[in-house]
Amino acid sequence: MAEVKEESKDEEVRKIVLPGDFIADKAGKKVWGGAYFEGEKVYSKVLGMPRIKENEISVIPLSGNYIPRIDNRIIGVISSVEVSGWMVDINSPYSAFMPVGEGVDEFVDRDRTDISRFFDVGDAIFCKVSKVTKDKTVRVSMRGLGARKLYGGIMIKVTPSKVPRLIGRGGSMINLIKSRTDCVIYTGQNGVVWIRGENKAKAIEAVLMVEKESHINGLTEKIEKMLSEEDDKKSEKKGEDDGKD
Amino acid sequence: MIKNLRRKVKMMVKTDEKLIVKGKRADGRKLLEFRPIKMETDVVNRADGSAQVSFGNTRAIAAVYGPRRLFPRFMQESDTGILRCRYNMAPFSVDERKRPGRSRRGTEISKVTRHAFEPAVFLEDFPKVTIDVFIEIIQADGSTRITGINATSVAMAAAGIPMRDLITACSVGKVDGELVLDLNGIEDNNSDADVSFAMMPNKGLITLLQMDGRLTKDEFMKLIEIAEKNCKKIYDMQREVLLKKYESGSEKK
Repeated sequence: MAEVKEESKDEEVRKIVLPGDFIADKAGKKVWGGAYFEGEKVYSKVLGMPRIKENEISVIPLSGNYIPRIDNRIIGVISSVEVSGWMVDINSPYSAFMPVGEGVDEFVDRDRTDISRFFDVGDAIFCKVSKVTKDKTVRVSMRGLGARKLYGGIMIKVTPSKVPRLIGRGGSMINLIKSRTDCVIYTGQNGVVWIRGENKAKAIEAVLMVEKESHINGLTEKIEKMLSEEDDKKSEKKGEDDGKD
Repeated sequence: MIKNLRRKVKMMVKTDEKLIVKGKRADGRKLLEFRPIKMETDVVNRADGSAQVSFGNTRAIAAVYGPRRLFPRFMQESDTGILRCRYNMAPFSVDERKRPGRSRRGTEISKVTRHAFEPAVFLEDFPKVTIDVFIEIIQADGSTRITGINATSVAMAAAGIPMRDLITACSVGKVDGELVLDLNGIEDNNSDADVSFAMMPNKGLITLLQMDGRLTKDEFMKLIEIAEKNCKKIYDMQREVLLKKYESGSEKK
């Protein structure tokens, strides 16, 4: 019984607010994300976890679709090839366009080249949102650190607002999953996670667990426990198999 | 007499019987008492957010999709998103079969539901896209639009749609000369007046106000007061059901 109590202390659920809930006084702070202000009072827009920092107030939503913002690093899928670029499905109500110049480093003569030889329909890319206009016309680019085409692997979708939790402070959570499962994992801020490797089933399980329990404190330890448990099981099983041999 | 009344209650027709006897209503409630209210989230798997709400025998399922791409393109607004609502009564929701499909009444209720939500939703955050709301009444026994609005509010919050406040609704009216809360089917059919009411409880702003019948100004103001007070009770229930989703370790999905 005592154990359960200890665990529940670990599992302390973060504070959750609903639309219209008063969060704090504005007091000159920046209000963004799922928060809005009326006069000097800051309220929540969404069902989520409030965050009050030294100079900003925000609410991290627990659900909702991806709305592109500049400099987001996302995973997209080419949905069509146009004359001067590609349309990219970015797991959002808005689709994005990638011009040839932003997608390819070398010079391309558009009149003579079929640009589907660089990217074709169905290709997955890890790219960056380079421009978002007021009416949400979106441009993505392959320029920038780490942008690349993703070969093979498997893509899963998580709630976009939970991606920072999946990455963890300084990448702690994602690095844990990567190292324990020996998988290559790319996380797009649009909620698409791309996984390649032998143990991808295990990695997927871990990612989905983070998504499910993102509002709980001490999650990294829990995931670590879960991954090591599976390691134990595997080694036990291996041991048994060895015994049989 | 009661037996006779029960039969009539089932038939949902006009009755000459007294519906309020010694301060008690036909179904045994006090004047200002809700029917048993139940709320549940995540009842439609494919929706971004969904809820089922029942007020006694009235039961509504609301499913919210979006923000999602809007077609045909001429409907797109470049500076704001749009909200589309569809209120529909299932053919089996009433005693006499309801002819399926759109009707004058359904169109009107869809419209007032949309108007009830438009002031609350941050549509300007989503230019060119749509938020779609589908309300299905699977069992009708009075106050269906109210039940639908309450379900939609919970479904929208669950879907992560940015809103200024939750929308909470209730119905009030005048039956047999008495002011009552939460009219059921037979009371609705035999009422002197009924008022549908929706508001943002934290802001104290009214987003839906419809009246049918006759009331004096004093009675009307009294009813608004009753409605405002009782909306807070429903608001607490909406809060509870939404928070319940996240109170334990594993989120229900």
